[in-house]
Amino acid sequence: MNHFPESLPELEKRVREHQDILLANLVMMSETPASTFQEQNRVRFLLDRFREAGLDHISDDEVNNGIGFLPGPEDSPSVAIAAHLDTVFENTESHALSLGKERVKGIGIGDNSLGAAVLASLPYLIQELELPIHANLWFLGVSRSLGRGNLGGIRFLMDNTQQKFDQAICLEGAPLGRLNFTSLAMMRGEIEVEVPDEYDFSRFGVMGAIVHINDIINRILEIPRPSRPQTSVVFGSLHGGNSFHELARRATLRFEVRSESDQVAGKIEKRIGEIIEEVRSRSGVEIKLTKIAHRSHGGISYEDPLVQGCREVMSELNIEPKIGPSMSELAAFIARDIPAVTLGISNGQRINTLEEEVEVEPIFKGIAQVLGVLMSLNRYGDDV
Amino acid sequence: MKIDQWLQSNSFHHSDFWDVRQLVAEKEKQNLKISLCIPTLNEDKTIGKEIVIFRSELMSRYPLIDEIAVVDSGSTDKTLEVAANFGADTYFSGDILPEEGFKRGKGENLWKAIHQLTGDVIVYVDADITNIHPRFVTGLVAPLIYQPETKYVKAFYDRPLAFSQGIRPSGGGRVTEILTRPLFSLFFPELTALMQPLSGEYAVRREVLEEIAFPIGYGVEISHLIDVYTRWGLEAFAQTDLDKRVHRNQATRDLGKMAFGILQSFLNRTQQLGMVEVKTEVSKILRQFQVNNEVIEQNEITILEEERPPMKTIQGYRNKFGLTD
Repeated sequence: MNHFPESLPELEKRVREHQDILLANLVMMSETPASTFQEQNRVRFLLDRFREAGLDHISDDEVNNGIGFLPGPEDSPSVAIAAHLDTVFENTESHALSLGKERVKGIGIGDNSLGAAVLASLPYLIQELELPIHANLWFLGVSRSLGRGNLGGIRFLMDNTQQKFDQAICLEGAPLGRLNFTSLAMMRGEIEVEVPDEYDFSRFGVMGAIVHINDIINRILEIPRPSRPQTSVVFGSLHGGNSFHELARRATLRFEVRSESDQVAGKIEKRIGEIIEEVRSRSGVEIKLTKIAHRSHGGISYEDPLVQGCREVMSELNIEPKIGPSMSELAAFIARDIPAVTLGISNGQRINTLEEEVEVEPIFKGIAQVLGVLMSLNRYGDDV
Repeated sequence: MKIDQWLQSNSFHHSDFWDVRQLVAEKEKQNLKISLCIPTLNEDKTIGKEIVIFRSELMSRYPLIDEIAVVDSGSTDKTLEVAANFGADTYFSGDILPEEGFKRGKGENLWKAIHQLTGDVIVYVDADITNIHPRFVTGLVAPLIYQPETKYVKAFYDRPLAFSQGIRPSGGGRVTEILTRPLFSLFFPELTALMQPLSGEYAVRREVLEEIAFPIGYGVEISHLIDVYTRWGLEAFAQTDLDKRVHRNQATRDLGKMAFGILQSFLNRTQQLGMVEVKTEVSKILRQFQVNNEVIEQNEITILEEERPPMKTIQGYRNKFGLTD
């Protein structure tokens, strides 16, 4: 039985009729570089789109978040729709994008130019398609999300706004079907090993920074990681040395501890600190651990009306839900007890590489999905 | 018209025309129809985003352009398929005015577009621009909309600016700076004021396009400038700074071919105007050399700058547009 004001597959067709607007927004958003902390040009583009769509309360803030408001009927719940604007790529990289019939290729396209472009397009689409959405919609283009940004944009916004949000929907470019409603406990850290100039190689043996980093990695891998609650340590990047023949004086390891338990994540973090102390005292090299980012575990239940609405919409559109935890903006909403989900827009490949690409055709279904979820809020309006 | 005066009155920056709403209102007041032509040959990497940007920003949001057409010389990649998929009208150049035959070259596509497209103004934008933006059209059509006396608007991309090391040179390409500008300095000094005379982006009134001949190859731009200048003077031109244009960089050998074609067209025009006399038949073969395993090899490349007559002289065109005079 169809619970929605119109058939969602039909809505998908109507969305596709606006493909030039959607894809142009995707091109212009993607070709505007926005490395973390350098998102100002994307915010400007986003706010221009909000202005053209006639949104209210259009503003940016001191950390480059961009905000617009589309009022709903009186006494409607307030819903935040958020997408992070930053990408992992430096602004100096070529951001030229190639748009083919089936795929669109370009750095940052999936994470998260597509999400940001959909955010820029939604106010236009909602009004153009005259969709019955019974919610006050706050469109949030957030900055400083990735890496060292540590969700800085959304956290700043939540810490400083007077606006109360009843629910939140976070948009990510990929994959279509992504349905996150829990947030993992996470600690993101960087370990820097530096061999001092005055290092006594005769006393400690001939070992450069890479060997010490390797030692630390092996010791971290020995830390027990329970399968329940699910816990993992991810080694994301390793850099060290400059040549073939000289001992590396410096090496850097970037890693992430993830767990379904704050307590387990905390224990592993503590143990990593102890390992570093041991290696430091035994080797005499300088080792520094910097905590880059932190999240707490939390979330809403599978039966939450928001999640239920998402599942029904996905079912109507034949989208296979890919349920899992997330560490995106969702975590900031959940940390403040705001029911939130993260949805993906299209299928992507080689995300966060120079060969990043997303498929064109699923984009329209992904957008129909977001619009369907917004319309499904009507049904659960009394619950929020 | 003095160059300094012309630079003051007829050189613009695209940001002078940021208000597209006003541009559309003025266009509608004048009942102007504007057509965009993108000439192509194997451009499937960039054509898609050009089409969606122009359709979205200058048709759906602001109805500045009335039609977008891709006129192709016979691409073997997916250029036409991609362009059609994103909503452009697509044509193989050989199918337009078939009774006139088909010649392969960008100038041929531009010429055929005059017949196929219906606008009072035609904007030509190359398909290989990787940083495409609506300004590539708004910056070129705006002087035609706001200045009735302007007939031909040329793009340029690096206006001289004060910067830390002083004044930047005009930023024309290599062929412009070592061939075209010296030739203009010798024969048409006022045309040197055009910063990038060979740029592939320009907007022109139909009444001008149908009156001028079209070399089908490299010489089309320089011929246009000379023809429009000799007939209507410098005041018929305007130029707009479109900031940065990112495109494929051409190898020096390819620029040699371009220069050879341009020089042919220039000699043709200056002979027709009685400005120079060439007393021998000039060769149509460009000779380039390369060293392969310590053997010097000669490459002979035939570059024949054929020319299409003014469209106004073509019967098919006269019939379509009801020309009787």
